[in-house]
Amino acid sequence: MSLMDTKPLLGRVEEVGGLVDLNAYEAGQGYEAARKALTSMSPEEIVSLVKDSNLRGRGGAGFPTGLKWSFVPQGDAAGEGAKYLVCNADEMEPGTFKDRFLLENNPHVLIEGMIIGAYAIQAEKAYIFLRGEYHQPYQRLVEALADATARGFLGGGIFGTDFNLDLRIHSSAGRYICGEETALLNALEGKRAQPRTKPPFPPASGAWGRPTIVNNVETFCNVPGIVRNGVEWYQGLGLTEDAGTKIYGISGRVNRPGLWELPIGTPIRELVERHAGGMREGFELKGILPGGASTDFLVEEHFDLAMDYGTIQAAGSRMGTGTMILMDNSVCPVDMSRNLQHFFAQESCGFCTPCREGLPWVEALLLDIEEGRGQEGDLEVLDRNAQFIGAPGNTFCLHATGAIEPLQSALKYFREDFEEHIRTGKCPYHRRHL
Amino acid sequence: MATINVDGQQYEVKEGQNLLHAVLSQQLNLPYFCWHPAMGSVGACRQCAIIQYADEDDERGRLGMACMTDVVDGMRISIAAPQAADFRESVIEWLMENHPHDCPVCEEGGECHLQDMTVMTGHSVRKYRGTKRTWENQNLGPFIGHEMNRCITCFRCVRYYRDYAGGTDLSAFGSRSRMYFGRSEDGPLESEFSGNLVEVCPTGVFTDKPFATHYTRKWDLQSAPSVCPGCAVGCNVFPSERYGVLKRVQNRYHGEVNGYFLCDRGRFGSHFINSDQRIRHAGIRAEDGVFEASGASNAIAEAVKLVTMDAVGIGSPRASFEANFALKKLVGEERFCTGLGDNEAMLIELALSIQREGGARTPSLTDVEAADAILILGEDVLNTAPRIALAVRQAVRAEAFTMAQEAGIPGWQDAGVRGHAQQALSPLFIASVATTRIDDVASATWGGAPQDIARVGAAIAHGIDPTYAAADVELSAAGIDFMHQVIAALGSAKRPLIVSGTGTGDPDVLRAAANVAWALKAKGSDPALLLSPLEANSYGVALLGGGLSMSDALDAMTGGSAAIVMENDLYRRGDAQRVSAACSESKMLVLDILENETAEHATVLLPASTYAECTGTYVNYETRAQRFYQVFEPDDEIRPAWRWISDIADALDSSGAGWANINVLIEECAKATHAALATISPPSDYRVEGGTRIPRQPHRYSGRTAMRAQISVHEPKATVDDETPFNYSMEGQNLGTQDGAAVPFVWSPGWNSNQSVFKFQQEVGGALLGGDPGALLVAPAPDSGDASRATKFQEVPDAFVATEAFLVVPVHAIFGSDELSNASWPIVERMPAPFALLNVADAKRLGVQAGAGISGPGLGASFEVLIDDRIPAGMVGVVHGLPGIRAIAAGRIDLSVDPDFIRRPGGHPDVIARG
Ligand SMILES: Cc1cc2nc3c(=O)[nH]c(=O)nc-3n(C[C@H](O)[C@H](O)[C@H](O)COP(=O)(O)O)c2cc1C
Ligand code: SF4
Ligand code: SF4
Ligand code: SF4
Ligand code: FES
Repeated sequence: MSLMDTKPLLGRVEEVGGLVDLNAYEAGQGYEAARKALTSMSPEEIVSLVKDSNLRGRGGAGFPTGLKWSFVPQGDAAGEGAKYLVCNADEMEPGTFKDRFLLENNPHVLIEGMIIGAYAIQAEKAYIFLRGEYHQPYQRLVEALADATARGFLGGGIFGTDFNLDLRIHSSAGRYICGEETALLNALEGKRAQPRTKPPFPPASGAWGRPTIVNNVETFCNVPGIVRNGVEWYQGLGLTEDAGTKIYGISGRVNRPGLWELPIGTPIRELVERHAGGMREGFELKGILPGGASTDFLVEEHFDLAMDYGTIQAAGSRMGTGTMILMDNSVCPVDMSRNLQHFFAQESCGFCTPCREGLPWVEALLLDIEEGRGQEGDLEVLDRNAQFIGAPGNTFCLHATGAIEPLQSALKYFREDFEEHIRTGKCPYHRRHL
Repeated sequence: MATINVDGQQYEVKEGQNLLHAVLSQQLNLPYFCWHPAMGSVGACRQCAIIQYADEDDERGRLGMACMTDVVDGMRISIAAPQAADFRESVIEWLMENHPHDCPVCEEGGECHLQDMTVMTGHSVRKYRGTKRTWENQNLGPFIGHEMNRCITCFRCVRYYRDYAGGTDLSAFGSRSRMYFGRSEDGPLESEFSGNLVEVCPTGVFTDKPFATHYTRKWDLQSAPSVCPGCAVGCNVFPSERYGVLKRVQNRYHGEVNGYFLCDRGRFGSHFINSDQRIRHAGIRAEDGVFEASGASNAIAEAVKLVTMDAVGIGSPRASFEANFALKKLVGEERFCTGLGDNEAMLIELALSIQREGGARTPSLTDVEAADAILILGEDVLNTAPRIALAVRQAVRAEAFTMAQEAGIPGWQDAGVRGHAQQALSPLFIASVATTRIDDVASATWGGAPQDIARVGAAIAHGIDPTYAAADVELSAAGIDFMHQVIAALGSAKRPLIVSGTGTGDPDVLRAAANVAWALKAKGSDPALLLSPLEANSYGVALLGGGLSMSDALDAMTGGSAAIVMENDLYRRGDAQRVSAACSESKMLVLDILENETAEHATVLLPASTYAECTGTYVNYETRAQRFYQVFEPDDEIRPAWRWISDIADALDSSGAGWANINVLIEECAKATHAALATISPPSDYRVEGGTRIPRQPHRYSGRTAMRAQISVHEPKATVDDETPFNYSMEGQNLGTQDGAAVPFVWSPGWNSNQSVFKFQQEVGGALLGGDPGALLVAPAPDSGDASRATKFQEVPDAFVATEAFLVVPVHAIFGSDELSNASWPIVERMPAPFALLNVADAKRLGVQAGAGISGPGLGASFEVLIDDRIPAGMVGVVHGLPGIRAIAAGRIDLSVDPDFIRRPGGHPDVIARG
């Protein structure tokens, strides 16, 4: 068994000890899956395979990837014009850095996954929509694309088939909302980065009004393994009902912050204690945002749960990107909430009222409370805002919903902290920082 | 139809709509901002929240946006549910965080959709403690004020300006809670339809700037149903007045004509009414040649003398049908001239004869918007009949709606349709003498001299139906390519539209347009043919007709006949020398609104009312007769022209030759000409609910103001109006259920802004409750369904050959070519200097560049050279009708450079009127 069999995404990085260039990638079965897919499988077979594998999108929502691909019209039904495959590499979720690690260290697994994906939906144009600040990933991608093209894995007539793929990088101008797939498509088209109404969903009408699939970096990176080793292997990797591996990350006051490719469904406590080396001396874990900043807090009672989509959802949060932010007992929940809302308010695209005007209000109130200017009734105003901004469907897109998740759960789990701030007119945590 | 349940009540609504549209069509109240009846939904403001229930047992329901929800048969929703109402209140609360609350000094105050929605949702207590964001405003030119602090970021302005009207210089900038709507830098808004921003913006960001200079609250404005005098489209308008001053013009909804929008000539072109060029007193020229105010009765006595001197009467295409009728009756058919120039009269006769013949529908603007392929032949509609151009911009979206429908995207879902269809446009072909400002949505354009445009048209008709004569001389390769594209596109269209008009001055262009339409008809499609004249009542006066042509009338005057010239500056109608000779030889009675060159020659001068100061009828390009009502009583000695004529008639013949009031005149006019004139609007004894009359003033009209306190602390006593169904007061009812021609303003409880118009409609975007007003006067011949019987114009003109001398062709400017609006100060600020269009090669040949001056025999003045790529070699496009520019005869002239020409400073020739 090579590491590739248990860690299809990062195993090779571990073996090589850093950047997996094309030679290193090929030496570890690289591009075998793409060759197999293009030369011996039909697009429909690949879509079914990915469906059967139970791969779920790693961009945050966990939508079944094969199912999404199956929505793309094929043949004549697709009408005239191009179809597009887009990799969402915007990764601006606070606390999330998994895609960056993949791009910097294993760019070819993404390219291979995209070749297979493009073939599956019969798209001959593909984009990697890259976070603007990702300079090193950009460099690595440029080199990897050049190498893959030189080897004939991209461009015209790939692997001697009549399948062509024009794969380009689009470096974002830098807005969190560009990660929302339809805002991403608008940005790609050169329009305001503002989400689109759904329906139509991108598989029906996406980039330039044509059928389009948008997937996360990590999602694509799962695909070559599935094609190479099959569904059973893939499902066997998961510890719970979800399949495959997941790149989990931890930031916060632990001994070894970082990320690890692990079987999906690894319990939270195991991630914190074993992989991150436990909390740093003198700090106690108080809460976690399990899947990035836009997910609800989980607390002590949840720490033994498995990190998979269903379990975390049942606990009232979301697995999101699977990269957690830990809050320890030295962190003021009010201040942390304020910090998060500052980010979300700033990153609102400005299109719809609750998000555009509601989040800055929430931020301002949290600042007031944090700095001792909180007033009676403020928590009710926060509750009301959280309720009305956060309910899915109340806003135009899920940005605001995500923004409110950490706040509504903070108000639930750490309400005493909020109340104490208002009651005493100061922040009880500031003393500890001194 | 679908049945939906709203708060326990069943309603029959149309399928294929969104819920907001549906519930408003039922006249229910549901707050909204970003949705617009003409622009559909985008779901930005989140104001229109409702609760939708899954089924009968669902008690909680799900909150959703009405404007983004499809109507489904059997659905159950609630507007009143507390969760929805609370959410809607929260939306206002959010919007109000940064709103300046400057209602007392805001031009929108009292007719503000944001105020209305705030009250409707019940939000009142402010909880937000933060400071408010502030912005710097921009100078957007003479039309539109800008106060960004009031913005609620509903995106309506940019959606209207860019997506709907095709403008490019207004954008949404920034993001999050710092969105800015403006231009990249200060400067006049370039779109010719910018004024609609005033009505589209639900707050006081974009406001009517001329109105702000002499501001009055909406509730203190007196208005009446009226018709724009700016061009032959006949957009319905509400001119509003206070204390004898025309304050502003707003859109008056008409389901078939202008819908929700006007052009800027119409909206800002009426300030001539307050101009100091107004003729205000009756006057007589004394023996010494000095002109003296004489009092009305002396002037009438003097006028009577002239009439008895075998006077000719010259009417006008800018005067009402009734005034022209009165004058014609006074002087007799044989002594009456319509006031149209010879060529224009001939063109209009031709256009009317084509319409009479039928064979193709005459389209309303709603029909224009529904066309699926369009050929514009010769006419620069954006500058001659502007509102048509805005309708054409909507028509080209037919392809996008088809694509959306195929993809299952509802047509009302605006962003979805646009995103899906991208740049897809239905066929629009433009053959014109110069570039136009709708070229950007054309599939192909082609430039040529008018006779070559006629030849391309002939070739197209021949291509569709070979029984039509073709141009036998070869067209250029570009011409042939253009022709084939047009033939293919029109041939496969279901509702093709041909647009032309009298603008190029060439009858062959009209004939070619008719041929194309008729050829299509013979092929079995349902073509429409739009032939537009240049002025508000061109068709009306032509339908009335007269025994004298302009030349005849001028000849008679030169021969010593006296003349009554009504609302007509003859220098705009005929050769200047001939007009001068006629004016100096003839004793003239001039009735007019503004001082002009003709009036300077008058022996007797009588001040005439503007369209806002009298009641009458204009006949638009469809031959739709539309009634406009007196908004206010003119000051001083100003009276309606027909009233002066009536008084003269009475003085001539005391047995009642005149008319006691406008009703009597309309009645007689209808009997003698078109019966419909008596029925297009209700008579003076018309009464609405409760047997009351209709108020010209909203019910909050205040008599409490210090505006005239230095004159008198009393409000002037309201005149009793026995000529119309309206009161010059706030007494009566304007519930909207009355005759559609008798709606003097829109207002409804809780809806103080123009958004209240839906309370006056049968359904959102549909006909008015009391019917869309007006009636077509030209009924096509009974066998018009059979185009094979239509006259075919079989004579194709010769190809244009460039020579040393330049062919002069008139071109038009939305801001400047219309006689009255070009005396309206905001329009004057946007008016180009007199210009002449040349192509680059000709300019080189003459040794001039853009900005230089050229002149030539017959041009009168020097014109600023503008370079236009489409103008063919050997042709010069000379702007028509600017102040001080007399009629310019078509023909060939030698052009020469004017070395002393000084370019008028401050003009913006790139953004005004001409592309
Ligand atoms: C505000 C917002 C930001 C998002 N940012 C990202 C992102 O940076 N990367 C990403 O892959 N998905 C992001 N998503 C999710 C995408 O919209 C989309 O669901 C995802 O790219 C689909 O890929 P997947 O099915 O492979 O997960 C974001 C969603 C929202 C609402
Ligand atoms: S919730 Fe609304 S304002 Fe916020 S990012 Fe989405 S569309 Fe933009
Ligand atoms: S300026 Fe007016 S129309 Fe434009 S977004 Fe602001 S409030 Fe809406
Ligand atoms: S000028 Fe013509 S198009 Fe413009 S508002 Fe008046 S009638 Fe309408
Ligand atoms: S009107 Fe429905 S969201 Fe704005």
